[in-house]
Amino acid sequence: MKTLIKKAALCGAIALTAGVSVIAQAADTIKIGVLHSLSGTMAISETTLKDTVLMMIEEQNKKGGLLGKQLEAVVVDPASNWPLFAEKTRELIAKENVDVIFGCWTSVSRKSVLPVIEELNGLLFYPVQYEGEESSKNVFYTGAAPNQQAIPAVDYLMNEVGVTRWVLAGTDYVYPRTTNKILEAYLKAQGVADADIMINYTPFGHSDWQTIVSDVKKFGSAGKKTAVVSTINGDANVPFYKELGNQGISAEDIPVIAFSVGEEELSGFDTTPLVGHLAAWNYFMSAESEANDKFIDSWIEFTGDEDRVTNDPMEATYIGFQMWVEAVEKAGTTDVDAVRSAMYGITVPNLTGGYAVMNTNHHLTKPVLIGEITADGQFDIVFETKGGVIGDAWTDHLEESAKLVADWTAPISCGNYNIETQKCSGQNF
Amino acid sequence: MNKFFRHALTRSYQTLLFIFLMSSHFAFANSFDELTQELLNKDFNVKAAAIDKLANIKDERVKPLFVALTQSKIYYIKKTKQIGYYEVIDKQINFQTILTGESINDLSKRKYKKVTTNNAVRSQIKLHLAALNILSKDDAIRLSAIDSMLKSPDSLLLSVLKTATKTESSRKIKALIDLNIALIEIDSENETERKVAYEFLSKSLHEAARIKLTQVIDDESYTQEEKAFAEKALGNIEDKLKYLKVTENVFFGISAGSILLLSAIGLAITFGVMGVINMAHGEMIMIGAYTTYVVQLIMPEHIGLSILVAIPAAFLVSGLIGVIIERGIIQFLYGRPLETLLATFGVSLILQQAVRSIFSALNMPVITPQWMSGSIEINDALSFTYNRLYIIMFALMVFIGLLIILKRTFFGLQMRAVTQNRQMARSMGIRSSWVDAMTFGLGSGIAGIAGVALSQITNVGPEMGQSYIIDSFMVVVFGGVGNLWGTFVAAMSLGVANKFIEPFAGAVLAKIIILVFIIMFIQKRPRGLFALKGRSVEG
Repeated sequence: MKTLIKKAALCGAIALTAGVSVIAQAADTIKIGVLHSLSGTMAISETTLKDTVLMMIEEQNKKGGLLGKQLEAVVVDPASNWPLFAEKTRELIAKENVDVIFGCWTSVSRKSVLPVIEELNGLLFYPVQYEGEESSKNVFYTGAAPNQQAIPAVDYLMNEVGVTRWVLAGTDYVYPRTTNKILEAYLKAQGVADADIMINYTPFGHSDWQTIVSDVKKFGSAGKKTAVVSTINGDANVPFYKELGNQGISAEDIPVIAFSVGEEELSGFDTTPLVGHLAAWNYFMSAESEANDKFIDSWIEFTGDEDRVTNDPMEATYIGFQMWVEAVEKAGTTDVDAVRSAMYGITVPNLTGGYAVMNTNHHLTKPVLIGEITADGQFDIVFETKGGVIGDAWTDHLEESAKLVADWTAPISCGNYNIETQKCSGQNF
Repeated sequence: MNKFFRHALTRSYQTLLFIFLMSSHFAFANSFDELTQELLNKDFNVKAAAIDKLANIKDERVKPLFVALTQSKIYYIKKTKQIGYYEVIDKQINFQTILTGESINDLSKRKYKKVTTNNAVRSQIKLHLAALNILSKDDAIRLSAIDSMLKSPDSLLLSVLKTATKTESSRKIKALIDLNIALIEIDSENETERKVAYEFLSKSLHEAARIKLTQVIDDESYTQEEKAFAEKALGNIEDKLKYLKVTENVFFGISAGSILLLSAIGLAITFGVMGVINMAHGEMIMIGAYTTYVVQLIMPEHIGLSILVAIPAAFLVSGLIGVIIERGIIQFLYGRPLETLLATFGVSLILQQAVRSIFSALNMPVITPQWMSGSIEINDALSFTYNRLYIIMFALMVFIGLLIILKRTFFGLQMRAVTQNRQMARSMGIRSSWVDAMTFGLGSGIAGIAGVALSQITNVGPEMGQSYIIDSFMVVVFGGVGNLWGTFVAAMSLGVANKFIEPFAGAVLAKIIILVFIIMFIQKRPRGLFALKGRSVEG
């Protein structure tokens, strides 16, 4: 018992000195907050992004740091608990004095962070594709807006595959609901009849797809080429694709295009029944460019795992980090307002062989890629937009938001400027 | 946004122009090696054109190339643009060029690049292969050939099909070939042929028939008379489909019910018979599913057999853990339902975290054996998936097995005695605490078996048990606590009801409707469908 207490005391002492040394060091480092869930349901996806940021920081430090200082990561764990995201943000900015935060995955976590980050004038880089309808002064969105993923995906199916009948299937929460609302309006504007659109929502983690798949099959045998646009979330995808395979629906009959199925989600699974089904992203691991080869090599080296895959939110994190580094160098300081002004127009190479540009609406210009799932869990790129697509904060396809624009430079300086009333509508998020 | 449209527009013009240029420029590029080089073009339209030309040249290298292309086994060497068959066997690259058969295996993995195809190109290749394969000796090859032909009936293949139907020995394939002939002859010049075709299609339940008939109705180029024929035929088919739809719904309902039954039946023992509010029941299911995963890891060569091995293994593992939980915690808490609930909830969290620490938080891939994938065709419009069929049979077997244990064995007798009157049973010399442990173990073991079945249709992850615990309690309470038959009837009726509500209310609302119904039902009959009568109610 005594030795145990001694040991504990020793550990405590070591921890204390370690803590002190961090504080001593802190004076000449630039602090970067990492706000990704390391436990709970989102840990699977978000841990990867935490590691990506750590890798980028390590690489930047090898290059000599930034503004002559070393970068230091402050990692916190919001534990997939949405209100905790807000608390941790406050802790990062007010207590730890970080200069920038990379974080969040789900929209609800981002919405929870927004009031805090705006109150304390922090800076957040959000790296995941989302439903749009937002532009905050303090957030840069490096993932895809709906017009950089959903709309081009539908265009591809309509123009290249000749699809005329649509199933919009999603999990029942905010991202699929908003995306499907936008898509429905878009399809109708393109002349698709009501009878040719079928919308279906399922609960989280749905596993009994028999009825729905059978309905899709029936819907698809009306003499018109049919496709499923899937905003089905994570887990539920596996039983969904399995049921498709079992009921004998192949990608050649009714292709399924997904917006949340990437390399990470497919890794470790037998993808043979999924071959040919599609996904729309701004990045695929199979993209050919030198930057991508280098990125994959350093990722494998960083994780020490030959089989680790890269995915789209990782590229978005990579772009966000490169942009922030360049903006800080341009501004000569890490002051949030100066960096934000420096961000506009910044151009960095993306990983697919082109360039990403930061626009004044805080969204990126980047290319849209369509890939077909292969038997080895990767994607064959079958379509790529020439040049980039400008991220649209407020979609043009919904009446309420068509008249809103976001522009954070003078004279508008507003995230939701109403071009009809010529007023900043004041609705911040 | 605008910018994107502009891009799309210029792109399609470019493509058109490109095809035009390509077609004139490559008018002479018709040899095998020149055409295969065109497969490396990034534009899938160019690839498609090359495939069509390849199909027309007489070269015996074309067929194996096509087969390999559909399997994504054709790669090329980035530097030299040599195309070849690519395979990785035991991490050893095996690359053989298609032109000379020369082996080039010594380059690093990154130097090879796949010749990509898309859905359109693959179905085009399959169609070309189908024409070659329709007279093959292998039933399976002929079947897949006629299947891909049905997707785009081609009048050029009519003579081939007519020869094929004469020699065809399999009734199923012959019916499909005849259907394909009818799909072509519906556009025939000859009026009697057309009539026969309409007649044939009106009897077919195959979706290709419906697709064609709908197209006839929608297409302006057909005469009014033809449209009337098509509408009549389609009406005929839809009438038959209505009955099939009901049959299919019943099947879906029974299959959903059998899942409910499997997940609830263990709880019917621990909660129903013993009265323990067992919140860790879902975790017993999860442990059963993970056992399946581990068994597959141990015997990767015999996946088909692994499921059968996993059943007793899961029973033992979950049952053993159940006995440990009963001896370690629950035996001290009999008669204190609130404490039992909290303790078992704690146990469920501990088990989840244990699994997360051992296997990681990621879902584990449990492979579905070959004999459980695909579906059995009753007719062209109705088919039942094998995995669901097996699970229904399995659930029934488990249910009957459990009934026999309870009603026909000595252990069952002891179990019933202890639950009905513990004091009396003890005075008859029954070791009641041993019986408690075994009963709880049995309930947990059955939950483990359910996990094996569930691993085949859903994700195996640390939280999987959570999604079944509520359903399980719902079934047991609805059926009447302490009554196995009640659980059976409740599971089946809830499953079928759910599947009949789902088509028009949606999956989310269907679940809500069922829950509301159960709440109201319990208000009326607090003891469920089959309430136990007599003295045991008081115990």
